[in-house]
Amino acid sequence: MSEYFDPAKYEGWVCADCNIPLQLSKVDVSYLGNSFPVDLLKCPNCGLVLIPEELALGKMAEVEKALEDK
Amino acid sequence: MDQKQLREQENRCIQEQAPACAAICPAHVDVRGIAAEIAKGDVVAALKLYRKAVPFPGIISRICDQPCKAVCLRKDLGGSIEIAALERACLEFGSSSEETVKQLPRKSKTVAVIGGGISGLTVAHDLARKGWGVVIFEAGDRLGGGLWKSPPDLLPRDVLINDLKIIEELEIEVRLNMSVGGSGANGHGTFLGKLSQEFDAIFLGVGPHSSEIPDLQMNDNGQIAIDPLTFQTSNEKVFAGGDVLRVSTLYPNRELKHSAILSISDGRRAAVSIDRFLQKVSLTASRVNEGSYETKLYTNTSTTTSQAPLIETDLSTRYNIEVAETEAARCIQCECLECVKVCPYLDHYKGYPKKYIRETYNNLAIVMGTRHSNQFINTCALCGLCAEVCPTDVNMGEVCHEARVTMVDQKRMPPSAHDFALRDMAFSNGEKFALAHSAPGLDSASYVFFPGCQLSGSTPEYVEKSYAFLRENFDNNVGLMLRCCGAPADWAARKDLFAQSQNEFYAEYEKLGKPKVILSCSSCYQMFQKHYPDVEIVSFWDVMNEHGKFKKREFPAPITIHDPCSTRRESHIHDSIREIITKMGGEIQELPLSREKTECCSFGGVMWLANRPVAEKMVQQRINESPLDYVTYCAMCRDFFARKGKRTLHIFDYIFGEEKSDLAAAPAVGFSQRHENRARLKEKLLRDLWSETMPDSGAFESIRLVLPEDVQKQVEDRLILVEDMQKVIEYAERTGKRMLNNSTKHYLAYFKPNSVTYWVEYTKNDDGSFLIYKAYSHRMEVGIGAPK
Repeated sequence: MSEYFDPAKYEGWVCADCNIPLQLSKVDVSYLGNSFPVDLLKCPNCGLVLIPEELALGKMAEVEKALEDK
Repeated sequence: MDQKQLREQENRCIQEQAPACAAICPAHVDVRGIAAEIAKGDVVAALKLYRKAVPFPGIISRICDQPCKAVCLRKDLGGSIEIAALERACLEFGSSSEETVKQLPRKSKTVAVIGGGISGLTVAHDLARKGWGVVIFEAGDRLGGGLWKSPPDLLPRDVLINDLKIIEELEIEVRLNMSVGGSGANGHGTFLGKLSQEFDAIFLGVGPHSSEIPDLQMNDNGQIAIDPLTFQTSNEKVFAGGDVLRVSTLYPNRELKHSAILSISDGRRAAVSIDRFLQKVSLTASRVNEGSYETKLYTNTSTTTSQAPLIETDLSTRYNIEVAETEAARCIQCECLECVKVCPYLDHYKGYPKKYIRETYNNLAIVMGTRHSNQFINTCALCGLCAEVCPTDVNMGEVCHEARVTMVDQKRMPPSAHDFALRDMAFSNGEKFALAHSAPGLDSASYVFFPGCQLSGSTPEYVEKSYAFLRENFDNNVGLMLRCCGAPADWAARKDLFAQSQNEFYAEYEKLGKPKVILSCSSCYQMFQKHYPDVEIVSFWDVMNEHGKFKKREFPAPITIHDPCSTRRESHIHDSIREIITKMGGEIQELPLSREKTECCSFGGVMWLANRPVAEKMVQQRINESPLDYVTYCAMCRDFFARKGKRTLHIFDYIFGEEKSDLAAAPAVGFSQRHENRARLKEKLLRDLWSETMPDSGAFESIRLVLPEDVQKQVEDRLILVEDMQKVIEYAERTGKRMLNNSTKHYLAYFKPNSVTYWVEYTKNDDGSFLIYKAYSHRMEVGIGAPK
């Protein structure tokens, strides 16, 4: 789903707790028993993940709706 | 919902019934379709429809007795549609030399058609096109029978000859000067006997003296016995039609009415029977609406204006194409759609109940694959207006509610469809709002006031004032119950949550000594009627009307009343509201759809949550119906209209509101504010009336938020509550789990307090409050622990 947001736009974000920049890595997102590996920005130390607004309201909402009607 | 119940509702919808003209026409010419095609300029398509019903179009268009004209809904609105003239126009302007007759490959069996009149010719035509061999036996020296008796100026002979050419084109063998009746005794010596050995089936389309034909059993009246459905005689190979059929079935009426269109219908029906007989399949299965019948279709013509044909027309009139198009455009295009016309939701999906019910059933039956009708089912406001305007009482609300029950049972209800409303209900039945008390100083109650959660959310001050009014008028013997009636659970078909809410109600109700429940919210009233049959209920508005002392108010202009849809069946409430307004000096102008025909504001059935674009259409339609100020008595109707900029008052604004302020223009109350209003109402009433305090607050409640106006609108649109954002920040600040943007210094954090994950971007102000830049949410789960 990384193609549904621009990672460059989120370069300035760091994990506040660990004080290290977030890095693009595979994260599982799941809904109603369906799981997808997605490239997301993540703290390499503690695993905190950033879901961008445009992803949440765009592709994610679309997939949620599709899975709910399956 | 079982298939039987569904079919029952589906069959009641009459939209797919034929219009009166096509039903009464024994050959079922699609008059409506032909008129529609001509009106849009497509005479070729119109001719195609006409030819489909009539094998000899030139002849019929000149001599048809047009039974359709007697039932045409235009009859008293300028005159029936001149269909025969339109048919002639189709032939004149739509025919082409390239037309070919489609014919199936030749099959081995052959049929004898006795009588070359129009019914026999129709049988021969239909069977030959299906590939059966056909031989016509005609007693005279030419085909056409009684058609030659038509006056030539009405039926020009070239038209007759031209139409009969098709018999030759279909390679039908014709044997002229062959009489079949009269001589012979029972048995094989007769002509019919010989024919039955030579042919696989026989059609008798002979004239009125055919009772002389031997071999066939007679009925009690001495006529050939003919099955009225299949036209089969006592000899299974022999079928009858035309005058012989009429003499048999209309006995003793000897006044034979010759009707070419009836003969065509007879021929068609006999051909169906013979085709099935030759194929050895059931002669009787699914034979409905053959021949002339009365339609059940209802068409509302109350707004149709009278319009006469452009020129006076008879069976010899020739239209030019412009006149034909104008005449065709006069066709009303009969259909029902009474429900679709009043409901933006039913209109939105471009169908009608019969189609929708089929789709709903199919949707529920899907095991693997996408359930495309989920949103349709969840969008219905369940308001019942469709049933109110339906000539046959089809109720899509019942269908959709039952479908929701099935979806919940099947565990196939989309979790997001009703979640927000169900959480709102949980809030109202939780410690922040739920309260049940007898009146201050009393241990039990004769009455209890149940104002409902939405009035408390919109205008808590009116709850206080109406409760005070009730105590004054019932010797203080009125308790108070703040909670939700369970409507969201009922609408969402969550029987489990409804039962839980109901049980909680009953526990408190019994503690209060089973008082009469006074209800001001019409949705609550509906829920109590439906689900609490043993609880005695009273409408607050009836009480107010009877006991209230009303001051005259300033009414600068007449007002109009919007009745909440849940009062549809409660005419006593409609009356009370109107009487109250009249007592205060208001002049009422009714909306076109009011009282039992009122419309929903889109709150009903949780429509507003399931499908916002359709909900907005619903609100827009309602508020466009009058430029006057609306007065209603449901807090949600008031807020939904106000949100779209419609000047709307709650009747409490007149009763308890400040006269000087323009309350009709007051903004709608947002979702977070509704929670806060409910909680504050409970806190205030506990303190003022019972000297009690609220239970302790959660840690997150001390988080103070600052929301700029655009952010406030954003979170309202996204259904994110202040308490959701407070929880995110409280969690992030307590655990340190948050992200920081090095250039803006904004924090971004998330928290999942329920099935939704909320994200908040914020900074901390010097005074300890938090400034919110944005908030959003999703339902997908992230990271570790996500099930695979």
